[in-house]
Amino acid sequence: MAREVNLKVNGEDVSEQLEENTLLVDLLRETLRLTGTHVGCDTSQCGACTVHLNGRAVKSCTVLAVQCEESEVTTVEGIGSSEKLHPMQEAFSECHGLQCGFCTPGMIMSAIDLVHREEILDENAIREGLEGNICRCTGYHNIVRSVELAATKMRN
Amino acid sequence: MYDFNYHRPTSIDQALEIFSNSEDASYLAGGHTLLPSMKQRLAAPTDIIDLGGISSLVSIKSESDELVIGALTNHDEVATSALVSSEIPSIAKLASNIGDAQVRNRGTIGGSIANSDPAADYPAAVLGLGALLVTNKRVIKADDFFVDMFETALEEGEILQEIKFPKPDMSAYQKLPNPASRYAVVGVFIASRNGAVRVAITGAAPSVFRAPELESRLSESFSVEAIENVSLESELMNDDMHASAAYRASLCVVMAKRAVADMLKIS
Repeated sequence: MAREVNLKVNGEDVSEQLEENTLLVDLLRETLRLTGTHVGCDTSQCGACTVHLNGRAVKSCTVLAVQCEESEVTTVEGIGSSEKLHPMQEAFSECHGLQCGFCTPGMIMSAIDLVHREEILDENAIREGLEGNICRCTGYHNIVRSVELAATKMRN
Repeated sequence: MYDFNYHRPTSIDQALEIFSNSEDASYLAGGHTLLPSMKQRLAAPTDIIDLGGISSLVSIKSESDELVIGALTNHDEVATSALVSSEIPSIAKLASNIGDAQVRNRGTIGGSIANSDPAADYPAAVLGLGALLVTNKRVIKADDFFVDMFETALEEGEILQEIKFPKPDMSAYQKLPNPASRYAVVGVFIASRNGAVRVAITGAAPSVFRAPELESRLSESFSVEAIENVSLESELMNDDMHASAAYRASLCVVMAKRAVADMLKIS
């Protein structure tokens, strides 16, 4: 059955008629065409679909769009622009924190939440904080370096 | 995922009424077990009753000798709560090691307990501390709550509202996490209060259980040495691709020893 869902996505009001079993990630990708958010495993393991729901990182493949009524969602499209990247995006670029790039939007959204949340961000805290995001290319070293650099940038 | 009717009540009474008028309803808390099960078509409720609109279910309070946590409080809220860390730090630590950051931002304490996954962490704390489970119609003791794999004493439609944890003199939780899922291969929660020791083990068997032999030895002498030579029966333990029954039986004692060392602050 279709149902009206009202929420904010990247600061803009969205009002859509959606089937009740629509996942948040499908609202973002299929309805709103915000394809920066990826679907990797579709089983809440890989974190490629990570977005912010009311400021906190969540796996959008494991949230129903109807659960987001009156909520604020931020996707990777909402954190910066191609003219002015978010410091986390800059850091991933500078530290070569990606190879194929498939996991990157999810990594970046998780990492931003991590920097907001954790006061002390050493290598261990970053590795533990990103355990909900899987990368099959990099071996994670440069991702950790990217987050370390971004944390410094975001805090200055 | 099959189609369903979605409801978002704002009170417990409303939720109960919707449940009684539905053919085969499920309550939705954090959704981190239910939604994946529905995606795999292992569950196909006709109606989803989202408890996320009932704000009174999210709370953390300290009431004389109990720590009271609302059923819809998520793992991250428990893990980062100053109150939980000061009153029963082992619960905050347990919550901080569930799944991953995104899962902890959605998954709830009530959902975990009501689901009674054999490898979930919270059931060990509930049984280890001898908590009280408060529902819309009664109070259930932890010893009577966990029945079997994914089965609790909750009746059809009954809603778990809050969990009352008695504050122990000391407590600790130690688990061997599965390296991929972070579920407990074996997790042991030990609590001591007025000299009485409770030991609850999750991950090892179809449901969380108490270990009387460990409890009596530790009540006599609370030390790592006291349980050094205990061996638990592996007959009733889970045997699967993650660990054999014999390995799990051995892990129960190893994790118990680590928990005791934690409580005695032996590093």
